[in-house]
Amino acid sequence: MEKIVEIRWHGRGGQGAKTAALLFADCAMSLGKYIQAFPEYGPERMGAPVQAFDRLSDHPITLHCGITNPQIVLVLDPTLMATVDVTQGLPADGSLIVNTSKSPQEIRKELGLKNAKIYTVDASAISKDKIGRDIPNTPMLGALVKVSGLLDYDQMIKDTEVKLEKKFAHKPEIVKGNIEAIKTAYDKVKGEK
Amino acid sequence: MPRIARTGNEAMAEAMRQINPHVVAAYPITPATEIVMIFAGFVANGVVDTQFVAVESEHSAMSACVGAAAAGCRVMTGTSSQGLQLMSEILPIASALALPIVLCEVNRALSGPINIHCDHSDTMAVRDFGWIQIFAENAQEAYDSVLQAVVIAENMQVRLPAMVTTDGFIISHCMERVEALEDAEVKKYVGEFKAVNSVLDVGKPLTMGCLDLQDYYFEHKMPIVESMKKAKDVILEVGLDFGKQFGREYGLVENYKMDDAEIAMVAMGSTCGTARVVVDELRGKGVKAGLLKVRAFRPFPAEEIKQSLSKLKSVAIMDRSDMFKNQGGQVFTEIRSAMYGGANSPILTNYIYGLGGREISLDDIRKIFAEQKKNAESGEVSQLIQHFGVRI
Amino acid sequence: MAIKKMGWKELMPGDAISGGTAAEFETGDWRSEKPIFHKENCINCYFCWAYCPDSAILLDENKKVVGIDYKYCKGCGICDRECPTKKEKRAITMETERK
Repeated sequence: MEKIVEIRWHGRGGQGAKTAALLFADCAMSLGKYIQAFPEYGPERMGAPVQAFDRLSDHPITLHCGITNPQIVLVLDPTLMATVDVTQGLPADGSLIVNTSKSPQEIRKELGLKNAKIYTVDASAISKDKIGRDIPNTPMLGALVKVSGLLDYDQMIKDTEVKLEKKFAHKPEIVKGNIEAIKTAYDKVKGEK
Repeated sequence: MPRIARTGNEAMAEAMRQINPHVVAAYPITPATEIVMIFAGFVANGVVDTQFVAVESEHSAMSACVGAAAAGCRVMTGTSSQGLQLMSEILPIASALALPIVLCEVNRALSGPINIHCDHSDTMAVRDFGWIQIFAENAQEAYDSVLQAVVIAENMQVRLPAMVTTDGFIISHCMERVEALEDAEVKKYVGEFKAVNSVLDVGKPLTMGCLDLQDYYFEHKMPIVESMKKAKDVILEVGLDFGKQFGREYGLVENYKMDDAEIAMVAMGSTCGTARVVVDELRGKGVKAGLLKVRAFRPFPAEEIKQSLSKLKSVAIMDRSDMFKNQGGQVFTEIRSAMYGGANSPILTNYIYGLGGREISLDDIRKIFAEQKKNAESGEVSQLIQHFGVRI
Repeated sequence: MAIKKMGWKELMPGDAISGGTAAEFETGDWRSEKPIFHKENCINCYFCWAYCPDSAILLDENKKVVGIDYKYCKGCGICDRECPTKKEKRAITMETERK
């Protein structure tokens, strides 16, 4: 990893975009990376479109300006695409990962996007199945690890397990569900042929 | 040493937990709320021995801090922006009474208009109150500087209150990799608190903060003058010693690629980190660019800055607040004054930028360096003071 | 007598002053009204002693009120005001100071 990798998360207030960005960075740090994770600064309102960001690097990161050209964009809620330009600043070789039951081709058509790589995964369905609630942010982590290739999959699963076990010591079923959701999303995320 | 992922606020709260002060009196305000909120959690969970005083305003918070410190306690607090302004009536009392209170400050623009984002107008407004001011660039420096601030403030030669600042949201809410110290290391590093005076010591009754008129007020201000002089050396010593003990060295200023620089930027806080990237870029292209980071704004390291800048051709001085006096911002004013009387002075230009959290991007900094290059080549000042990035 | 004023380096640090300095400050010469103590009427309730802002009520070794310390009494009259004795048998009365 020569350059800094920048990631943008789109979600709605309460969907866990910020939490996902922090979780991913925390995990990347445990695996030896230098990291930054920050939400879109401002008042937080349930349901309103929000953004969160990650920076990852093998070297110390000193810059503290905003992220305008992320290599990877994740969309936690596909309904956002009607009102927010989720592809803004996405470079031609960038990647867009959308939580949807649709195919990457359908999303490309909807967005009218000419370049960049598009991936889709039905994180909401996976979340409902494995965790019992629609919290798409953890399965999206699995998709991100697969698409980005930034982190070692096995190490990432192990580290996340340890962190969740610490956080949900009294609810082991939550840990199991989340880990399964990440694994399923990792396997099921699909790109264009 | 534990490696942790922490936001600026979390890093400061972590430092406070490890310092385990006797008293914390605080009132929440965005973007500093988390610092005292997390710390209040430590108190509630019995992780620290601190007496937490929940007050109804920042004026009361600083008043309680002064009272507790005068009683001989190690005292800390945190605030931002309007909160710091509400404290401002009490701030100069803390320095006059030589109370080494440490304040975790998060830089936020002053109202109005109401804004919660970063600029330096809040801390600049209280710069002349006899408080030491240290501007941290990132979460790591915020953590390290809070620990050092305790040692600096409590040094018997100094005995002044100190505030450590981070840039609101940019650092306060940005999670980064922080190399923390072990609890035992911090305990040893900050040591036992030694009170000079205690108003509650019945064995040595005394009065602090008497009415002090024409005949003694002036004399009672002089120790602040003297302590600020000594604080310069102490900040330097403490920064060097911190480097020896824990591997991260700090000074009053930081010279980044300044040795042979011809053009440079002077900045404080998170902007320095972004400027480093541009300096590296320019160096890669053979441009002799450098960055002078001002870490301690009070005491002001005039000599050190003069030494760093005197050989340069053109310097951009970055001010994240305006003084509204038509003569540039605080950092510019200080540096211009510091450079007066020297044989060599570079072209100094002032950029007032980033008010209310206005973004300062890599491109912005590239543009400013390009202007310095032009100034250096022509030997002329294109524009002495500009409000950079504002729409016309 | 002129008191020599200290230089700033001679002062206690932290704008502090050691306790008991009021003893050096003789407020007795401020007096325009003077309290007179009548021992025969005193019931030793200590009201005057407790209320006196200048600690100018004198007690003997048996902790009985014995009089007024005119070096510090500035004639504020609080002792007379607080004294609970009856009108015809006052333990403290005020009269105009004659110097």
